[in-house]
Amino acid sequence: MLRGLWRLTWLEIKIFLREPLGVIGTVGLPVVIYIGAGRLLGPRVGRVSLDVPRFVSADLPIFTSVLIATSAVLSLVAIIAIYREGGILRRLRATPLRPYTILTAHVAVKLLFTAVTLASMVLAGRRYYPIPAAVPVLSFAGALLFSTLSILSIGFLVASIVPTARFAQPIGTLIFYPMLGLSGLFVPIESFPPMLQAAARALPLTYAVSLLRGIWRGEGWSAHIGDVAALTLLFVVFMAVSARVFRWE
Amino acid sequence: MPVVHVSGIRKTYGRTVAVDEVSFDVHAGEIFGLIGPNGAGKTTTMECAEGLRAPDRGTISVLGMDPVRHAYALQERIGVQLQEAQLQKRIKVREAVGLWASLYRNAVDGDRLIEQLGLGDKRNAWFMTLSGGQKQRLFIALALINDPELVFLDELTTGLDPQARRAIWDLVRGIRQRGKTVFLTTHLMEEAERLCDRVAIIDHGRIVDIGTPAELVRRNCPERAVIIVTEDRAALERFRAIPRVASVTCEGSRFTIRGQEDDLVTEVIECLAEQHIRAIDFRTEHPTLEDVFLKLTGHSIRD
Repeated sequence: MLRGLWRLTWLEIKIFLREPLGVIGTVGLPVVIYIGAGRLLGPRVGRVSLDVPRFVSADLPIFTSVLIATSAVLSLVAIIAIYREGGILRRLRATPLRPYTILTAHVAVKLLFTAVTLASMVLAGRRYYPIPAAVPVLSFAGALLFSTLSILSIGFLVASIVPTARFAQPIGTLIFYPMLGLSGLFVPIESFPPMLQAAARALPLTYAVSLLRGIWRGEGWSAHIGDVAALTLLFVVFMAVSARVFRWE
Repeated sequence: MPVVHVSGIRKTYGRTVAVDEVSFDVHAGEIFGLIGPNGAGKTTTMECAEGLRAPDRGTISVLGMDPVRHAYALQERIGVQLQEAQLQKRIKVREAVGLWASLYRNAVDGDRLIEQLGLGDKRNAWFMTLSGGQKQRLFIALALINDPELVFLDELTTGLDPQARRAIWDLVRGIRQRGKTVFLTTHLMEEAERLCDRVAIIDHGRIVDIGTPAELVRRNCPERAVIIVTEDRAALERFRAIPRVASVTCEGSRFTIRGQEDDLVTEVIECLAEQHIRAIDFRTEHPTLEDVFLKLTGHSIRD
């Protein structure tokens, strides 16, 4: 049902744009905050002087990307919960639309707006965070898209277990922010106790951060085959589990 | 061959038995109603026939197909309106109908359908701005978009005001007029009585009786009553003398004559004529499906 997928995706994009708060929260706010932070930190970052923490100078793009991917996943969780609670999923399912078509449409919308947000940030923030010429932008975008897809698979699992729309946001946050903490973005994974290390290695964010960081620094994809394989494997596993436990009503 | 054939289905959720040993047929061209209180198993039964659920036991055939195994083939030929369904808050009427039209191989003209269902001036309105009646009309439009042979309507008029309800009833009769079969559920006895050609009464997951509304009343509640208002002082005696009258009660000048025979009305009229009794008012009282339900289940449908 490719035709149905295209129509539904296009409709969902229009519907999303009709809700001003959603658009401001997803696209507008990150861009504004990015520029605001740029005005405060920008000049120092540009010079990469010693007093700037390593995190700000090197990992800020990674951090921003992962955060935006995560918030896309959170809003996917929320929208699926709302659609389920309102009986919209149930109604769509009682049509020739295949279930995966319905979910794919939502993933497509989220990926699109993630891309739009990041592109606007890069464009609007050029003055404050000039992207070093050495960064393979397209490759990085590809890595980010791939990582987002893998993180979305956990989103589906969370969307399956969230009881009502009201719990979607808090439960999603409770799951995704610790994941962010474990991802190795702030503290190297090797410094965690063994238990937490094991947990970190079972989560896609860890591999996403490693992949994104590497690509940003100009390392080739070949140096990150392990990350790609892990992200793919986790995607397959989480999607398989979600497909089993996903509730339509 | 019946359009819908349900035979001995059973469906449990955990330890709750939702429907048990439910069997009935829906014939071509009729409006068939499954009636019963909330939680009686109406929606479960209907969703099994729509292919949205699989019964634990028993068989269902819809248009000669197994609704679960042939779900996608069947969806081209049936129309579905689900209980308490919603659409995206900000989807336009025109967009919803357009989306649905794109999903089926044989779709009717969406714009004409919108007009026919009286939503012409709401074409560009968001779903969230529609009234309850308009939402239901939109759902009927979506159920009719593929020109289905069989239409499922689950609790179509629940929550609507009487005027909107009547308008919807006319629409449903219109569906039958176009030669389609309608299978609906309702907990409103008046709706069943006015709209359905045949009904099945379901209570606690079991079918209690099936027939036309008139048959069900005759079979289960054969009592009739004639109510006469007269100032004639001898009336009480005269009425009691009518053959086969079960009882006559009197409150002031209002007499209630009860009996079981179809001839009761004729007998009473003859009595009035022969005895020259001047009646100020004369009316008959028929038991309704509501009475039938009470009689069959021992409780009111509203409990």
